[in-house]
Amino acid sequence: MAFRKDLLLISSWIKPNTTVLDLGCGDGELIKILMQQHSIHGYGVEIDLENIKKSIKNGVNVLQMDIDSGLSEFDSNSFDYVVLAQSLQVVKNPKKLIDEMLRIGKEIIVSFPNMGHWSSRLDLFLQGKMPVTKNLPYSWYKTPNIHLCTIKDFIIFCKENNYNIIEKSITNNDQKSNIAVELFPNLFGSVATFRIN
Amino acid sequence: MNNSVGTIEPKKMVSNSPLKLVSGKQLDNIELVYETYGELNKEKNNAILICHALSGNHHAAGYHKDDKKPGWWDNMIGPNKPIDTEKFFVVSPNNIGGCHGSTGPKSVNPKTNKFFGSDFPIVTVNDWVNTQKILMDHLGIASWKFVIGGSLGGMQSFQWALQYPENINNSIIIAAAPKLTAQNIAFNEVARQAIMKDPDWKNGKYLENNTAPNQGLSLARMLGHITYLSDESMGEKFGRELKKSKLDFNFDVEFQIESYLRYQGEKFAPNFDANTYLLMTKALDYFDPVKDYGDSLVEKLKSANTNFLVLSFTSDWRFPPIRSKEIVKLLMNCKKNISYTEIESGGGHDAFLMENNDYFEVMKNYLGKN
Repeated sequence: MAFRKDLLLISSWIKPNTTVLDLGCGDGELIKILMQQHSIHGYGVEIDLENIKKSIKNGVNVLQMDIDSGLSEFDSNSFDYVVLAQSLQVVKNPKKLIDEMLRIGKEIIVSFPNMGHWSSRLDLFLQGKMPVTKNLPYSWYKTPNIHLCTIKDFIIFCKENNYNIIEKSITNNDQKSNIAVELFPNLFGSVATFRIN
Repeated sequence: MNNSVGTIEPKKMVSNSPLKLVSGKQLDNIELVYETYGELNKEKNNAILICHALSGNHHAAGYHKDDKKPGWWDNMIGPNKPIDTEKFFVVSPNNIGGCHGSTGPKSVNPKTNKFFGSDFPIVTVNDWVNTQKILMDHLGIASWKFVIGGSLGGMQSFQWALQYPENINNSIIIAAAPKLTAQNIAFNEVARQAIMKDPDWKNGKYLENNTAPNQGLSLARMLGHITYLSDESMGEKFGRELKKSKLDFNFDVEFQIESYLRYQGEKFAPNFDANTYLLMTKALDYFDPVKDYGDSLVEKLKSANTNFLVLSFTSDWRFPPIRSKEIVKLLMNCKKNISYTEIESGGGHDAFLMENNDYFEVMKNYLGKN
């Protein structure tokens, strides 16, 4: 099976034989990669039953919980990594969630679509319309994305809250980096992934 | 019917070695009635154990000769059903203390040549798992691929992983709890009092006296039945509907729900044994592995190779989702492989016996997982 490239990047940051909690795990792909390639012990957390069924079929541990209503089920420091892959923008209270992730995990990995990408800027600037792009494909009235931010926003947010960024990776639409992305990440970066502790 | 296991004949295992019970008492020999569906493969690694709940028995699927109604979990077990008898060998015993053929209060005590009645020793979930292990050995099975149960049956499935971790690969725990709450025990106590206050109870020796505390037993069942349904499902089914067109201002059956409950009680009592009902409720009350195993529980679980699936139903208020989550948390802390799902259902506690696409698909996927 072909794995999602953004998940491969995340998995390259995770050490073998560790414990991983993946919030909003979808069909369980990340945990499955990590189980197969890094022998990790992990759980996915998911609210959508169709995704849960797929995760179970994939042989992935999945727990049906609503991450918006808190993660009190998980003890402090109980995981090596807590991952939130491309779901930051859909949660009700991003700061509260990241604080919770930092409580549970020794390190957290957060990725999100960059609202500062030139295509979003063009939609708003030239057309005067809310951006509908490859990574943000929903119209404003039916989008689950309620907390969109740019890479710059996120870095300021981390600074303000004393979150320590260990590493970051910005990629374009093809999940690759290039000169443009490196020089102007907030303009050409499409997905941003941060390691924080 | 091509998705039924068809006509089933129960089998019986006799074990003549004494069985020591948790209570300290002993049964000199036991008989266990059970049914099997599907075929045990050559490697003997496709066996599933089904554990029944309070009023259940070994007849989980298919039809007994001349029966119109199938076994209690026929929607779940059969060819191409979630518990697929084309793939698995399914074993479903009646627990000891029961009243459907396994050694229980209706059996004759070999020491006295009288019915056991209320002299039948109290049995626990732990004891049942021991007898199920004897059956497993008897059938030449080294390890259950899955042990599956709902409610009190789910407790047995959980207990298997603690008691015989080497002999269970996957435990499916449905609509259960790690122990009863005070409210749960309270309901059980009212049920017991209903039985024991019946004048025909005769201190549990009603068989010798040719009586039966059916009034009490049917009251117990009525009470139990209320806790198995949800307010929502009762409302949908009966609401405030009357039997007649107007109120009669007396104490006869007036509302449909009254009539339904009485019918349930009256249908149940002649086909069940009051002493068995008492024993089953006690087994529920006593179940508390966290306390029983104490500090060794975590060690026990950590050493187990068992994987777990825990399921709950949104409208279940007897063992609500929050109780299942206690099991989930315990297992997660022990780093077990575990999945947990909360199935949307208005069916209350009994939802685990009802057909439900989401529930069945989750079961199917877990039983067929990669």
